[in-house]
Amino acid sequence: MSENNMKITLKVWRQRNNKAKGALETYKVDEVSSDMSFLEMFDVLNDKLIREGKDPIAFDHDCREGICGMCSMYINGQPHGPLQGVTTCQLHMRSFKDGDTIVVEPWRAKAFPVIKDLVVDRSAFDRIIAAGGFISVNTGNAQDANALPISKELADRAFAAAACIGCGACVAACKNSSAMLFVSAKVTQLSLLPQGEPERQSRVLDMAAQMDAEGFGSCTNTGACEAECPKGISVSNIAHMNREFFAAELNKK
Amino acid sequence: MATLDSKIPEGPVEKKWTNYKSHVHLINPANKRNLEVIVIGSGLAGASAAASLAELGYKVKVFCFQDSPRRAHSIAAQGGINAAKNYQNDGDSDYRLFYDTVKGGDYRSREANVYRLAEVSANIIDQCVAQGVPFAREYGGMLSNRSFGGVLVQRTFYAAGQTGQQLLLGAYSALERQVGMGAVQMYSRHEMLELVMIDGKCRGIIARDLVSGKLERHFGHAVLLCSGGYGNVFFLSTNAMGSNVTAAWKAHKQGAYFANPCYTQIHPTCIPVSGHHQSKLTLMSESLRNDGRIWVPKKKEDVEALRKKQKKASQIPEEDRDYYLERRYPAFGNLVPRDVASRAAKERCDAGFGVNATGEAVFLDFTTNTRRYGNIEATKHGHHNLPDAEIMELGRGVIKEKYGNLFDMYKQITGVDPYQEPMQIYPAVHYTMGGLWVDYNLMTTVPGLYALGEANFSDHGANRLGASALMQGLADGYFVIPYTIGDYLSTEIRTKAISTDHEAFAQAEKSVQEKIDKLFAVKGTQPVDYFHRELGKIMWEKCGMARNAKGLQEAISEIQKLREAFWKDVRVTGEKDEFNPELEKAGRVADFLELGELVCKDALDRNESCGGHFREEYQTEEGEALRDDEKYNYVAAWEYKGADWELHKEELKFENIKIAQRSYK
Repeated sequence: MSENNMKITLKVWRQRNNKAKGALETYKVDEVSSDMSFLEMFDVLNDKLIREGKDPIAFDHDCREGICGMCSMYINGQPHGPLQGVTTCQLHMRSFKDGDTIVVEPWRAKAFPVIKDLVVDRSAFDRIIAAGGFISVNTGNAQDANALPISKELADRAFAAAACIGCGACVAACKNSSAMLFVSAKVTQLSLLPQGEPERQSRVLDMAAQMDAEGFGSCTNTGACEAECPKGISVSNIAHMNREFFAAELNKK
Repeated sequence: MATLDSKIPEGPVEKKWTNYKSHVHLINPANKRNLEVIVIGSGLAGASAAASLAELGYKVKVFCFQDSPRRAHSIAAQGGINAAKNYQNDGDSDYRLFYDTVKGGDYRSREANVYRLAEVSANIIDQCVAQGVPFAREYGGMLSNRSFGGVLVQRTFYAAGQTGQQLLLGAYSALERQVGMGAVQMYSRHEMLELVMIDGKCRGIIARDLVSGKLERHFGHAVLLCSGGYGNVFFLSTNAMGSNVTAAWKAHKQGAYFANPCYTQIHPTCIPVSGHHQSKLTLMSESLRNDGRIWVPKKKEDVEALRKKQKKASQIPEEDRDYYLERRYPAFGNLVPRDVASRAAKERCDAGFGVNATGEAVFLDFTTNTRRYGNIEATKHGHHNLPDAEIMELGRGVIKEKYGNLFDMYKQITGVDPYQEPMQIYPAVHYTMGGLWVDYNLMTTVPGLYALGEANFSDHGANRLGASALMQGLADGYFVIPYTIGDYLSTEIRTKAISTDHEAFAQAEKSVQEKIDKLFAVKGTQPVDYFHRELGKIMWEKCGMARNAKGLQEAISEIQKLREAFWKDVRVTGEKDEFNPELEKAGRVADFLELGELVCKDALDRNESCGGHFREEYQTEEGEALRDDEKYNYVAAWEYKGADWELHKEELKFENIKIAQRSYK
C-alpha cells in the first residue's frame, strides 16, 4: 500500500568543491510518499532549500530509468542503496520506513574526485575505454551482418557483460577502489565475439595499463562489486579478464 | 514569401542518393586535417557523426552536458532499430520501409530523405555488428527480428529491451577510439550556449564549462547540432531530466528555421503518473505490444470495482473485456502506430473506462501469449496435458527472456508484479518529430550549421514509427553527414581557422554572460522547477494529445504570462563561476518558455489533424485524424523575428507514394 506522510531524516555529504572540506549535514523531509523515487525525495528537499535561500544539494542524475548510469549515491553504506540490482533513481521510498535516518555520501575513490556534494568525476572510465575498449573498425562497408554467425550462447554472454552502465558502483563498493568489474566486463564482451579477436591481446593490456595509471586499486576478490552492481555484472568477468591478461602477457614479444 | 531550397537531387527516388554520392565534392585528406568540425551532443547521431568524421581526417570537437558521452539519452531507447534487411523473407525491401515510414508519418515527410534513410538502414546493422554490438540472435547464430507498430513485416533488430544502450555504447566506443588517437577532443560537462556567426556563416560556439562555470570560445568550420528533441517542454516526458532544446533554440534565434514544432509524439505505453512529486515518466517499450493485448472492461461496474481495488483484472472474464485496438483496427490490432494507439486509449479513458484511481490507465495484458508460449515450450519438451498453472509458468520463462528488464523496471516503479497482474499503462510525451529545418544535406538555413537525429525535422513527418529513431540517428551520423558535409566544406578549404579573439566571438560571449547575469539578477521567490511544471501543465492540457483553436489561443497567452512571471520571480541559487545545476536548469527552462509558445502557434496555424497533431475540429466520423492536403501539404518552417515568427512553407511532393487517408483497419 502506498503511504503519503513518511518523515525522513537525511544526513547528506556537503562539499562546496574539490578543494573545500566536506561534512555531513542533517535535513528533515516530511510528507514523503512511498511511491516517490529516492531522487524525487531529493527534488522535494532541494525545492525546500531553494525557497529558504539555501544552496540545493548537487547530485548527478539524468535518465531516471536506471540505464544512463549517471546517478551515484552511496546510501547507508551501500552504492545505490539497500536493494539489489537497482540504481539510485529506481530506488523508491517504499524501501524505507517512516522515521528512518538515511546517510547519503558520494562515491568514494581516489580516481573519482568529488566535484561538489554528491557529484564525482568519473572521466577515468572514459579514458580506459579510449585506451582499448573498442573494435577498430571504421564506418564503411562492413560485411553483411549475417555473414558471421555467432551462437546464441556467445551472443547472450557478450550481451550480459555489455549491460554494464558505467556508473562506478563497483569501484565505490570495493575496499581497494578497484575498477576490475567495469574493465573486465568490456574486455569479456569483446573477447567473446569473433569481431574482437584481432585486438584481443593488445586490448586487455592497454586497458589494464590505463586502469592502473588512473589510480584504481587492485582486485582482491572480495566480490563486493558484484553484490552492489545494479546490472548484475558477474565477477566471472574478472576471472575471464585475468585469463585474457595472463595469456596476453605470456605472448608479449 | 521566401522559398526554401531543400536541394533534393534530380532523378528517380531510388537513384537520388547513389547519384548524389557519385557527384558530391570530395576533399583532399591533407585539407581535411585543417578543417574543424564541432559536434553538439553525443547520442547516436552525435557520437556516430563525430567518430565517422574523425576517421575521415577532420579535426573534431564534441560537447555534451553529461559527465560522459555514454550517458546521452539514446541510451534509454528500449525496443529496437529498423532495417530493411528482409532476413525474415517476409516481403521487406527499401521501398516497403520507405512506404511504411511515409505512411506512418501521415504523409508529412520529405520523400527523398525518407528513401535515403531506408536505403542506408541495412548498412547500419552491418556496421553495428562489426563494432561488436551484441544483438539478439537465434540458435543458428543468425540475427533475430521482431515487429513494431505500423508495419506488417519483422524488421526490428534488438538487444533485449536495451537496444539503445548497446547501439550507443557501440558508437561511444568508436568515438572514444578517436579520442584515444587524438582525432576528437571531448568536452564532457560542457553546454553550448551560443552560436557564433561571422559574415553570415556559422563559425563556432560559446560553451560553458559546467564544472568551473567558465565560458569558452570554440571555432569550427562547421557545427553539427545533434542535441536531441524538445519533449521536456511538457515537463513530464520519457526524456532524461537534462534533455533540452537550448542548443537548437540558440541556433533558431541566430537564423535557423524551426520546422513543424507541433509534431510531438505521445507514446501509448508508459507507466501512469503516480503523484504530484512525479519528475519524469517511464516508457514501457512498444515491443511489448508484440505479446501484450490492450484492454479495458466493457462494464462500468467492473471499472468501479477495479478503482476501489475490490476486483483484480484477472477476475474479469474474457467476454467482459474490450480489446479496443483489436476491435477498431482488426488488420493491425495491438500494433497500430503510436498516435493511433494513444488516441484510442484517451478515448476509452475519457469515456470513463480508465482502470486506476485517476481514471487514466488501461491494461497491457500478457496472459494470452504467456499461455501460447507455455504450450509451445511444453510441446517442445514433450510434456502433454500439463495443468494450466505449469503451462503459464513455462510461458512466463519465455516472456522473461524477451522482456525481463522491462518487467523488472515496471515492478520497481509501481510495486506491482506484472508477471501476475497486467501492466497499467497510459500515453506520455516521448519524441518530437519537429525540429530544425534541414535540406537534403542536413544543413539548416544557417550556412555551416547542420542538424542531425531528433534535432532535425526531416524523416518522420507527423508521426514516427517505433524503432525508427535509432535508425535515423545512426543513418545521419554514420552514412549521411560524412558525404553531405563535403558539399559545404569543399568550399571552405581556403578558410584558415579563425582566431577566437575575433570580435564576433567576444560579442557572443558577452551576450551569454549578460543572460547569465540577468538570471541571477531576478532574485525572485520561486525555484526554476516551479515554472517548468507550470509550463508542462499548460502544454499537456492544451497542446497534448488533443488540441483545439480555443485551447491553443489560451495556451499562448498563458505561456506569455508565465514567461513574464519567470523573469520577475525566478530564484537561481549559487554562483556563476561554480558547478551550478540550478543555473543550467534556469537557462534551459527560459528557452522552453519561448519554444512552448511556438509549438502552440504552429499547432494553431495547422488547421488539420495529422499524425501526432490532432485538432479536435478536424476528425473523421470514426474519430481518426483528418488531413487537409489541399491547404496543409507543406512543412511549416518558422523564422525567428524577435517579437514574433514568420512562416515559410516547403511544399511536399509525393511522386512515389500515392497520398491517401491513412488506414490501419
